[in-house]
Amino acid sequence: MLVLENVDAHYGKSHVLHGVSIEVRAGEVVGLLGRNGVGKTTTLKAIMGMVRRTGGRITFDGRDLTGVPPHGLAGLGIAWVPEERRIFRLLTVLENLRTGLDRPGVTPDRRERLLEKVYSYFPILRERRNQAGGTLSGGEQQMLAIARAMMLEPKIILLDEPTEGLMPRMVAQIQEIVHALHRDGVAILLVEQNVPLTLDAAARVYIMEKGTVRHHASAAELRADQRVIHEYLGV
Amino acid sequence: MDQIIIQTLHGLVNGMVLAMVASGLTLIFGIMDIVNFAHGDLLMLGAFVGASVLGVTGNYWLALLVAAVVIAVLGAVLQVTTLRPLIGRDPLTTILATFGISLVLQKYALWQWGPTVRRISEPVPGDFTLFHLQYPWYRIATAVLAGLIIGGLWLFLKYGKYGIWIRATTQDRVMAQAMGIPVPLVYTAVFAIGSAMAAASGVLFGPFAGVTQTMGFDFTLRAFIVVVVGGMGNLGGSILASIFVSLLEAYAAIVVSPAQAVIVSFVVLVLTMLFRPTGLFVPTPK
Amino acid sequence: MTAMPAARPRPPAAGYWIGFTVVVVLLVIAPLVLPPFWQRFATEILVWGLLAMSSDILIGYTGMVSFGHSAFFGLGMYGAAAALLTVKPPSLGLALLYGLVAAGAAAVFVAYFATRLRDIYFAISTLVFSQIFYVIIFTWTEVTGGENGLTFSQPRLTIPGIWSDRFTPVTFHWFVLAVVVLSYLLVRRITQSPFGMVLQSIRENEPRTRAIGYHVERYKIVAVMLSGLFAGLSGVLYALQNKFAAPDFVFFVVSGEVVIFNVMGGMGTLVGPFAGAAFFLLLREGLSRFLTEYYLIPLGIIFIIMIIFLPQGLLGFLRRRLNT
Repeated sequence: MLVLENVDAHYGKSHVLHGVSIEVRAGEVVGLLGRNGVGKTTTLKAIMGMVRRTGGRITFDGRDLTGVPPHGLAGLGIAWVPEERRIFRLLTVLENLRTGLDRPGVTPDRRERLLEKVYSYFPILRERRNQAGGTLSGGEQQMLAIARAMMLEPKIILLDEPTEGLMPRMVAQIQEIVHALHRDGVAILLVEQNVPLTLDAAARVYIMEKGTVRHHASAAELRADQRVIHEYLGV
Repeated sequence: MDQIIIQTLHGLVNGMVLAMVASGLTLIFGIMDIVNFAHGDLLMLGAFVGASVLGVTGNYWLALLVAAVVIAVLGAVLQVTTLRPLIGRDPLTTILATFGISLVLQKYALWQWGPTVRRISEPVPGDFTLFHLQYPWYRIATAVLAGLIIGGLWLFLKYGKYGIWIRATTQDRVMAQAMGIPVPLVYTAVFAIGSAMAAASGVLFGPFAGVTQTMGFDFTLRAFIVVVVGGMGNLGGSILASIFVSLLEAYAAIVVSPAQAVIVSFVVLVLTMLFRPTGLFVPTPK
Repeated sequence: MTAMPAARPRPPAAGYWIGFTVVVVLLVIAPLVLPPFWQRFATEILVWGLLAMSSDILIGYTGMVSFGHSAFFGLGMYGAAAALLTVKPPSLGLALLYGLVAAGAAAVFVAYFATRLRDIYFAISTLVFSQIFYVIIFTWTEVTGGENGLTFSQPRLTIPGIWSDRFTPVTFHWFVLAVVVLSYLLVRRITQSPFGMVLQSIRENEPRTRAIGYHVERYKIVAVMLSGLFAGLSGVLYALQNKFAAPDFVFFVVSGEVVIFNVMGGMGTLVGPFAGAAFFLLLREGLSRFLTEYYLIPLGIIFIIMIIFLPQGLLGFLRRRLNT
């Protein structure tokens, strides 16, 4: 469904991605592992059109993403949950959700159902729905960021380090959410530093180093033989 | 004492008109980082269009509406043709571009309407009496109308679906795009809204002093001052600052000539920039 | 002191000096072959070019946009007027001195702002600053003549022991040319020096320049002073040529036009401003013949188009060559 073929990218003069090839099929959870700074987030940004792609192709559902404006991706079914969460701090929780909910073609009925669903996954958001996003705790903001993405009813969510900086209890909650999304049939490209969580949630995993993909295997294989993980991540 | 009351009324009324002008400017700046040098000239063109429509139809309210719509369209066209290509470049270029637009608009107005001063007659006749003083009704009406329009803008931003789009884009353009919000369109719409507000201010202000090609610059200058003093991008702050600065100027005009009273505003601006650069009415950032 | 971040300038190519000499020679011959109107025009281009060059020091080299050069220009003008009206017999030297001191004083103020404010705030404050001067000059009628300005007579060119005679338009043109060429060479020397390199470094990346250890504030202060003094000098020259001082020249529009000259001609080149001034003034002359006062409409549109499509200006492509 989402295919990156030999993608090169530059930040100004700096060549940050070299021939990255990744595939995520419909409904799949795919992990992207690697140390800090190897280009995992940059890969997501390349998909989102935020980084200048200088080589290769990115297609989604067979359609080349070149020339699709950044605001067109949500309509195609691609949602992004960035590393810094980037919730709209001065908007309320509900308003944050509405940025994804207020789309053409969403009947009032469906709006209600979507909101209810998200509140059932994240009850705390219902409680805080009229509070400004900036007043939420780190974990709550992460949940809001994911909920906001869910509002788009996406085919794929680009999930960037959702457990970073969270307490263990919250990490478990995130793990639950990833499973629930998978059950709903949403594909996920999961960028993480948390290896156990990734191996548990994902079917396949790519490992990156220095701006390129070094290894690609099923999660099962990697669970069985942890040497590759040790080699690239040192954990 | 009488002087003080009259000047207070002047200050409040002028403040409300200025607040309308400044809201458009701060909205534009807050969302797209554009310092719109031509803002006062959009006001000026709005006043001329209003005067023309008034001359033809005799209906003030129609004139107000038509002026706002026409200038909104003009603003949108200007943004798409001259400002959109400059997105992402050095902010200096947009200042220069809007400066260029300002020059062109002023001369265009001269060409289109000639050098004679146009008049916009008062929409509401007569004076009202406060104690033993007379003050024109239309000025009070203007202030009220300005307040209503600003209030309408505030409601739109707070509750409308597009208001959320505008506020989200102002806070985080990239994330707004990722959520599917068509940011280029939002930019154009905001510029159009700002232009419409400037134009409406021009028509409201018309009866105060007549309509000339150069009336815009003073407003642009004062609006800049107010936007900085109120906190750039801060709607509530610019409204408070408008009233504050207008009152100060009005009181200063008791002592010095009106032309010199403007120095008071300048001094307030300079002091604000030096000591409270985020704005006088903004809580001190930590 | 840590090592300079930029390369040491190489001596300019022979081509540059040839081009320079050609232009100067042309400018020397100009008043001899041109009819009177164009004689004055040529002199005016030099004066405005000098003003625009002074602005280039800030915009093109230090990266600070100033909308206040009309204040320096105006103060130079009124300073010269003060000298020529109060001291008899009118003295050229004193006119220059008064004008420069007045402009310099204003520059001190602006320099202070330059150290405290950045970018857009600095630009707005310079705009406001020049407007304050405008209001003062416009309303303080007893001293400045208010709306009508001041008129005075042109002093003689007096070089003690050698020369004392009235100016003719031709000799005045040569005088202005000499002053402008010397100013240009001086400013060029300064911008090519290590000092100039630091200014450019500030323009490129101020935080990094500061981090390396340079006192950015001090450099900015000197840049503003230089810019203000040369702008004041151009004001003195203008006053001397036209024998009047008027508040119109202190009005913001002059500052705006100066920035237009910079952008049209090419920022950061020092010669660009002269080309920009010439281009603008010639276009204005040409267009106003057909369109009278509406010349600004097409001229403004040309300006906007240049910003979008030719942001480096007419001579901007020379920037690298002229500065390294």
